[in-house]
Amino acid sequence: MIDQIKDFASWFFVTGDPLIYGADVAIVLTMAAIVIVLTYFKKWGWLWREWLTTVDHKRVGIMYIIASLLMLFRGGVDALMMRTQLAFPDMKFLSPEHYNEVFTTHGVIMILFMAMPLMFGLFNIAVPLQIGARDVAFPFLNSLSFWLFFFGAMLFNMSFVIGGSANAGWLSYPPLSELTGSPGVGEDFYIWGVQISGIGSLMTGINFIVTIVKMRAPGMTWSKVPMFTWSVLSSCIAIIVAFPVLTVTLALLFLDRFLGAHFFTMDGGGNAMMYVNLIWMWGHPEVYIVVLPAFGIFSEIVATFSKKRLFGYGSMVFAMISISLMAYFTWLHHFFTMGSGADVNLFFAITTMIIAIPTGVKIFNWLFTMYRGRITITTPMLWTIGFIPCFVIGGMTGVMLSVAPADFQFHNSYFLIAHFHQVLIGGVAFGYFAGLSYWWPKMFGFKLNETIGKWAFWTWNIGFYVCFMPQYVVGLDGMTRRVSSYGWDTGWWALNFISTIGGFLMGLGFLFQVWQIAHSIKFMEKDTTGDPWGARTLEWSIPSPAPMYNFAMTPIVTDRDDWWEEKERIAAGKAPKAKPELEPIHMPKNSPLPFIQSICWFIVGFGLVFHWLWIAIPGFIGVAATMLAHSFNYDTDYYIPVDEIKRMEAEARGGV
Amino acid sequence: MKIANMLRGFTALGVVAGIFTLTTGCESMIVFDPKGPIGAQQRDLINFTILLCLIILVPVLLLTAWIVWRFRDKKNNNAPYQPIWSHSTKLEIIWWGIPILVILVLAIATARYTYALDPAKPLESEKKPVTIQVTSLNWKWLFQYPEQGIATVNYLVIPERTPIKFELTSDGPMNSFWVPQLGGMIYTMSGMSTTLYLQADEPGNYMGTGANFTGREFAKMGFTAKAVTQADFDKWVTEAKGSGNALTDEGYQKLALPGISDRITYASIPSGLFEKIVHEYSMSRGAPPGITRKAQTLSGEKAAEHTEGGQLPPGNNAQKDVHDMGNSGQSNHHMDGMHMNHGK
Repeated sequence: MIDQIKDFASWFFVTGDPLIYGADVAIVLTMAAIVIVLTYFKKWGWLWREWLTTVDHKRVGIMYIIASLLMLFRGGVDALMMRTQLAFPDMKFLSPEHYNEVFTTHGVIMILFMAMPLMFGLFNIAVPLQIGARDVAFPFLNSLSFWLFFFGAMLFNMSFVIGGSANAGWLSYPPLSELTGSPGVGEDFYIWGVQISGIGSLMTGINFIVTIVKMRAPGMTWSKVPMFTWSVLSSCIAIIVAFPVLTVTLALLFLDRFLGAHFFTMDGGGNAMMYVNLIWMWGHPEVYIVVLPAFGIFSEIVATFSKKRLFGYGSMVFAMISISLMAYFTWLHHFFTMGSGADVNLFFAITTMIIAIPTGVKIFNWLFTMYRGRITITTPMLWTIGFIPCFVIGGMTGVMLSVAPADFQFHNSYFLIAHFHQVLIGGVAFGYFAGLSYWWPKMFGFKLNETIGKWAFWTWNIGFYVCFMPQYVVGLDGMTRRVSSYGWDTGWWALNFISTIGGFLMGLGFLFQVWQIAHSIKFMEKDTTGDPWGARTLEWSIPSPAPMYNFAMTPIVTDRDDWWEEKERIAAGKAPKAKPELEPIHMPKNSPLPFIQSICWFIVGFGLVFHWLWIAIPGFIGVAATMLAHSFNYDTDYYIPVDEIKRMEAEARGGV
Repeated sequence: MKIANMLRGFTALGVVAGIFTLTTGCESMIVFDPKGPIGAQQRDLINFTILLCLIILVPVLLLTAWIVWRFRDKKNNNAPYQPIWSHSTKLEIIWWGIPILVILVLAIATARYTYALDPAKPLESEKKPVTIQVTSLNWKWLFQYPEQGIATVNYLVIPERTPIKFELTSDGPMNSFWVPQLGGMIYTMSGMSTTLYLQADEPGNYMGTGANFTGREFAKMGFTAKAVTQADFDKWVTEAKGSGNALTDEGYQKLALPGISDRITYASIPSGLFEKIVHEYSMSRGAPPGITRKAQTLSGEKAAEHTEGGQLPPGNNAQKDVHDMGNSGQSNHHMDGMHMNHGK
């Protein structure tokens, strides 16, 4: 009996690696610390009422951001472990199996559990405020989306201490990800972690499309919609088409693994290339899904800090919408080398090049927004300016990759790695960091420290070039991605060593950001104006942090940069816009169901990963029960009376 | 601030080192040092795309620097300030137009080269191409010379100035065959056969590698492609044939087991082995014997661990497929139908 338990435990828990034991200890200590702190300060009730059950888009947004920054830490540690392993030839820091797990986890976490939630966090913070709405269209669904993401991410994350991580690459190509190639539970953790959070992403896409289409303030016609909101709309259009493909693809892979189907195995009539096609039909639009909102953020920031209208509004909107549609016709450029013949390759080469045109045009529009403006170099603006050269170079190497016959020499090499890190770090990460520091005062009511922020920017930016420029070279020298070590004879070590230095510089940049946040919390200067940057859009017309109902009175929009124009009118001595009378505000009630239902999904996922139906089935029952409970709940809303609004407004504007 | 100074010094060092290696590294980048017609054309194409992209890149970078400097918010900055100016049809036409033109030129060049460098297109040459059948295994490369009746593992000898017709497949996870100095890569996929024509213009040892991730020992899937004169090639073939080590069907089964390998030379090969490898996957209903066996071996340590406690490895129902073993390869089929691309 004891032997049996021992055997079970040694299989259930990942053993044999000091790094993993370290992680085990760290996890236990962190959990204990959280429990002790919450109990000591009697904060359990507060946590439950104010956060776990909240449907307020601003709080959901903050939770997204906190979770994604934790994931950035985890994915970053993975990156540094890889860079350490590759710093010298024949390193023995990570075993090949461990290295494979680390790069797989790094990719999955950075794209799906860092970039996506950070993006959703910013959606939640900014979109309803920008369009003058009180919340998103479906607040309950919004909360459910967050918790599904969260528990999907947790399911995936626990695999490295329980059961073993996925190790077939971030897109899990078969046949390596089939039972023949990956017999353990790692791939199932991957499938269910991504699947559960993917459902959340799809629902967020729907939620924000409806929010933007239906909930804009009166007067906000399509030609007056702020650019970030446009970018969110184009990104969400891509989400609702792309994510179902991912769901189906992973479901089929699971059927292969669980029921012995043969969708993607060559034996039994399946085809592995089918999977590769399907996963990139999601995967390539996904790249644009995460980068489009960054374009929106840059547009807001450039206009604000150049004190000038955004140049070429119509052109920008057209570019973004066309990118989100064209993103579906480029997927095959990820495997030009599969031997599909010249006709197919040429089609996808040209579609890929075409998409570079609207992307490039946006750069000109940002430049000419700055042109004849007055540029203040704050941290958000610094990230934006740093983004431009980085993205232009990354875009150029992207065009190089799109030339199919030349791609035969780049594909799967470090050249490719350098390219997509350049667009994803230089484009997406820099963009979200810019957005984070830009909207931080609106979220928390105080600005982040500028000096430390600039340190963070410079270490990130310099670290980036030191890390990835050598990778272009080493790629052209024949080093392929995902090698866990290389020999001294290859001549790659100096470049790799420099690259590792750059990686650690970026890690230092992250530490600066942590310090920036901690320092700013401690020495915060309250923002009493609600508009610390002198910005242009509606979210800056209300107090910081935004009151729970956002706008006491629904704003009537008359101009594109409505808040800026209002300030101009007031400065010119004209009368501000007439404000309507206060009315009771209709608000959604908090609900514990999203949290509980997501835990049930987590249980389902966990059961299916280990093929333990005795766990999965009760999980499914729980999911069904919570759905039923919600559909029979008619007590979902309430009104804030006018007196209460007056009191809260006075309090929020107290400092003014 | 001491740390700040240290940091500054450190980053400066990194940047200098980076620039240094970037500039000196170019000479040694093997993609820019091709030794065959395909590689050379690809290099030319890459250079062309770089030049074309620089037409946009350089002005944009300069413009960015100038605009940020010229219009920064500073007292006494006398640059014009026009906060309302936000549209100019003329400018929009220019910056939509130039990228469209550049992409048009690039697209035309790409179209030409895509057909010219189609991997399955035979190379023009007076010499008859040498066929080499490449199989990527877990974690080694098997090269068969069907015309010479020999085979090698993890190294390749080819005659110079002779087109080589590579036929590629995989007995295991898909991989990608890449000899950068001779030209681009192509995937090897089980149950399919792809074609790639390459040629070496001068004798030498060229690095070859597997480019698509295949699991634990993926990093060990490097090989050397050795180009020699025709006389040396013929001599090598004779030596290889005389070496006495025969590759049998059973020997292949053993070779195909997961694991790394040293260089091996085989004096003879069973006829039709390559075709059999391709068929094994494409024609079988249920897992063929090889793949089932590999499932068990791959899970190796873990499977043993799992079963010790009476616990079946989760999700591993490989045993189930054993019953289907006999059914493989029973139907009639046409080899050509399975080629992804055909040599014309």
